[in-house]
Amino acid sequence: MNQTFWTFLSQNRTQVMQLTWEHIWLVGFSILFAVLIGIPLGILITRWPRLNHPILGSANIIQTIPSLALFGFLLPAPWIGERADRLAILALTLYALLPLIRNTYVGITGVDPAIVEAGRGMGMTDRQLLIQVQLPLALGVIIAGIRVATVICVGLATIAAAIGAGGLGEFIFRGLAMVSNSVILAGAVPAAMLAILADLGLGWLERRLQPRVVASARA
Amino acid sequence: MKSGHNSAAIHFQHVFFRVASGQELVRDLELQVHRGETLVLLGRSGSGKTTTLKLINRLLTPSSGEVQVQGRSTIAWDVILLRRSIGYVIQDVGLFPHFTVERNIALVPKIEKWPEERIQHRVSELLQLTGLDAKLASRYPHELSGGQRQRVGVARALAADPPILLMDEPFGALDPLTRVELQREFRALQQRLQKTVVFVTHDMREALMLGTRIALMESGRMVAMHTADDFLESREPLVRAYVEAFRSTPNLAGDECA
Repeated sequence: MNQTFWTFLSQNRTQVMQLTWEHIWLVGFSILFAVLIGIPLGILITRWPRLNHPILGSANIIQTIPSLALFGFLLPAPWIGERADRLAILALTLYALLPLIRNTYVGITGVDPAIVEAGRGMGMTDRQLLIQVQLPLALGVIIAGIRVATVICVGLATIAAAIGAGGLGEFIFRGLAMVSNSVILAGAVPAAMLAILADLGLGWLERRLQPRVVASARA
Repeated sequence: MKSGHNSAAIHFQHVFFRVASGQELVRDLELQVHRGETLVLLGRSGSGKTTTLKLINRLLTPSSGEVQVQGRSTIAWDVILLRRSIGYVIQDVGLFPHFTVERNIALVPKIEKWPEERIQHRVSELLQLTGLDAKLASRYPHELSGGQRQRVGVARALAADPPILLMDEPFGALDPLTRVELQREFRALQQRLQKTVVFVTHDMREALMLGTRIALMESGRMVAMHTADDFLESREPLVRAYVEAFRSTPNLAGDECA
């Protein structure tokens, strides 16, 4: 007999918390690495436009690989393939790269050219221009990229359970095997809530960093 | 004659500028800008006047020939030092929207690491010079009118007290009333400060009002150079064509301009 969702949830509170925590871990590290790699790459292609196609193109191709297949490809890799969570984090990082690189690029190149021309003409070095002007003005768009990447990762991280990396996907796969909706929901609902929370939280941050700049663009 | 000291603040020597497609935007330009004068580069769209301006602060480099600023080729200068000793005012102003007015004005002093007190003093001075209320210092660009924004643009360009000022149709985006106001104020300011100014415009009236000398440009060449006084009287065909074009613009009363 299938227990109801709420019964299952209250009876397995500890495990739900633990799997949620694992899930956050997986997503958290992946986004961190994606930010550390993706933003500098995004900045790089604004400086060397010739790298635009190869870099954005590669990130785009990675996105098209079905996640389960990507996990599978990486299994035989040395060191990475030895621990399921390392592998999951690598795969999730790769998926998070495209929105981050692209939004960084779009954010920086979207800065009013008159601003860049004035800054350069007044004698700012490229580095000063980037740090004092372009990045602050691109921040809203970059955070929008982080937001998209995070929501994607929360969803994809459920697949990580298929290779034993933990996270809320465990309940989903177990529920599928047991043909029990309650168990599936015990994984799916917290995952969905994580995604919504991340979306709202980062959306708030994005709005906080934009108003003044957007207002001036409209003026 | 001071040795090693050129009275020409800026000297173009047989300068050509070609773009990738091979088109020449500036052809064989020979031009001297004397210290303390306001040289107007007058011409239609595509005449090469903005390109010429950008060759001075090395936003562009000549394809052949040499541009000398204060006796040294722009190539020989450290490009950052060159630009910081030249004020630059553009039509779209280009104020940083995330900086307050005072932070915008203080741009070059800040990156030159002036002491804070000197910066604050200079900003107040400039607000006064450009006719801006001191209260505006802590406002942001989006809170200002177009005219106020361009005043901030001029203040910013003058902040580090550069000897040379480059202005690319600075008042072109303003309404006619504000434009005349700023032109008059700029003329008064220039009489006080005696900077070397290179001013790009397509408006003959603006050229006559602000320029010591006017260089008429067409298709990348300088076709005529006259003082403001001589310009209207000139017999050269291209100058006359320009004067005629302005004369035949009807004024508000519907009559032809005298």
